[in-house]
Amino acid sequence: MREITYRQALNEALAEEMERDPTVFIMGEDVAIYGGAYGVTRGLYERFGEERVRDTAISEAAIVGAGLGAAITGMRPVTEIMYVDFMGLCMDQLNNQVAKIRYMFGGKTKVPLVVRTQGGAGRTLGAHHSQSLESWFIHIPGIKVVMPSVPYDAKGLLKSSIREDNPILFIEHKMLYNTKGEVPEGEYTLPIGVADVKREGEDVTVVAYSRMLLFALEAAKELEQEGISIEVIDPRTLLPLDIDTIVNSVKKTNRAIIVEEDCKTGGTGAEIGMQIVENAFDYLDAPVVRVAGADVPMPKSPVLEELAIPSKERIIEAVKELVG
Amino acid sequence: MIDVSHDEAFYYLKKMMEIRQFEDKIMELLSQNIAQGGSHLYAGEEAVAVGAVAAIRPDDYIVSTHRGHGHCIAKGGKLPELMAEILGKATGVCRGKGGSLHLADVSTGNLGANGIVGGGMGIATGAALSVKMRKTDQVVLCFFGDGALNLGIFHECLNMAAVWKLPVVYICENNLYGMSVSVKRACAVQDLTKRALAYDMPSQAVDGMDVLAVKEATSRWVDYARGDKGPSLLICNTYRYYGHSRSDPRKYRTKEEEQQWRDRDPIKTFSQRCVKEGILSQTEVETLEKEVEAEIEQAVQFAIDSPWPQPEELCEDVYA
Repeated sequence: MREITYRQALNEALAEEMERDPTVFIMGEDVAIYGGAYGVTRGLYERFGEERVRDTAISEAAIVGAGLGAAITGMRPVTEIMYVDFMGLCMDQLNNQVAKIRYMFGGKTKVPLVVRTQGGAGRTLGAHHSQSLESWFIHIPGIKVVMPSVPYDAKGLLKSSIREDNPILFIEHKMLYNTKGEVPEGEYTLPIGVADVKREGEDVTVVAYSRMLLFALEAAKELEQEGISIEVIDPRTLLPLDIDTIVNSVKKTNRAIIVEEDCKTGGTGAEIGMQIVENAFDYLDAPVVRVAGADVPMPKSPVLEELAIPSKERIIEAVKELVG
Repeated sequence: MIDVSHDEAFYYLKKMMEIRQFEDKIMELLSQNIAQGGSHLYAGEEAVAVGAVAAIRPDDYIVSTHRGHGHCIAKGGKLPELMAEILGKATGVCRGKGGSLHLADVSTGNLGANGIVGGGMGIATGAALSVKMRKTDQVVLCFFGDGALNLGIFHECLNMAAVWKLPVVYICENNLYGMSVSVKRACAVQDLTKRALAYDMPSQAVDGMDVLAVKEATSRWVDYARGDKGPSLLICNTYRYYGHSRSDPRKYRTKEEEQQWRDRDPIKTFSQRCVKEGILSQTEVETLEKEVEAEIEQAVQFAIDSPWPQPEELCEDVYA
């Protein structure tokens, strides 16, 4: 099968959906002529024109707010917020307007809106361009939070997100754009809210998403050499969370580790871990373990930045401690 | 002479009376604890909603505010469903999930009241973008109060609408106070029409106590928007009779000021003008008032008699 990058996969998803449905359009900062800060929308302005690929002013609240207004009146906007760190500027729009409008209206409207953004550390960009804020968003009923790790998932999930009648926060990772993976030619979509077992194993269940999935798979390879078999599960969607797939795995391995790039306190791992405890307590042979980001603003120095997020080594260490 | 037909005058008066009596009734229900929670009442500002909505078509959109009952009624919302919603009943227009702060009737083109000041500005701007992209000739009226003028989203949206020439009329209901803080103390620029200069957008101030003046001004900017000329900013100077909410002792304004505005009451002045000029008869006005009273009573009775939402409805409507 052909291999393409995560960036190309996302770009194909956007192009295919725009081709398929004339109500789909893109709006955000530097998405048109520039092609997106990380190049995801490259070529779409040339292909679909300025009407459907819209550069905006630096106005995050208006981007998401107008996206909502367009979504409830017949369009399918795909908005882009350049960095997840900038979501603070449109948090009222996302949390108070986008997420709640359907419920507040007693179900009398649909919100087919996608907010694409990207986060994560790895480029030594410091505290305003490197955060992992997904735990903020899984606390908001009314939206869905999708975080793909590999090109195949990125394409299939973005296409589904665009077709979804609910608001989607689609969080990409800046360190994944150049990673390659197998993506079939032609049409496919993937269901939102369904986890994927990326590697089968027996001894420990490792739940990892976005860039951390790659670290977990690397760790799995090394651990295999030492005779330790880990099962790696990518939830792919954090809200709703496919807890059944995770629990089924824990019932088999009796041990669970969550790998998350976000800050440990109040993080996504706390939620996933608690759901494991609630649903599989009797199957656990040991407490659920979190390998998480440090509770610090992201530092600039590459040395410190690397220490602030999980690594392959830390995952291996945690697994060994758990099985040892 | 005022330029209005009998039927139009009758309709405007009826709608303004409905809003006034609806709001007075809610105040009563709140004090009797039949209505719970809070409510921001529109009494005093009726000419703005009725005049502005009279200038648009049924398929046009409006976006409302936390003081939104008047907009809902003007846009054709049904009084019993609105009253039931405010009481949190299952028969409410939002099935009891929105309430006073989130009254919305999308079937009438009303994209909703909002619990956040300025919260509807993005929605209105996006609806106008959608209109433009779908190539219909609809327009959007975006209502907001003077309190929203100093929010970032006000600036972001007016700028976006101007850059893209979107068909939206931004209607500022300047009732002089954002809760307790006066426009004098909150805004650096006192002539609020000047705010439009920053967006190279036309603007106009109008007497918001005069339903015909509001209608005329809104029509002008609606035509402008429908003619693909872009957005505009209309400042309607008006006054809310009640406090910001039920618990407001109104320490920030004087009784004299309140009386001065009440002397210019939009319903009283309009009905007197219509009677004086022979457009409506005194008997018609009095009969209408009684009819509206009965209508409001029926709405209240419907709301009180309506069932509460069922427990299983709690988790419905979060997602499509």
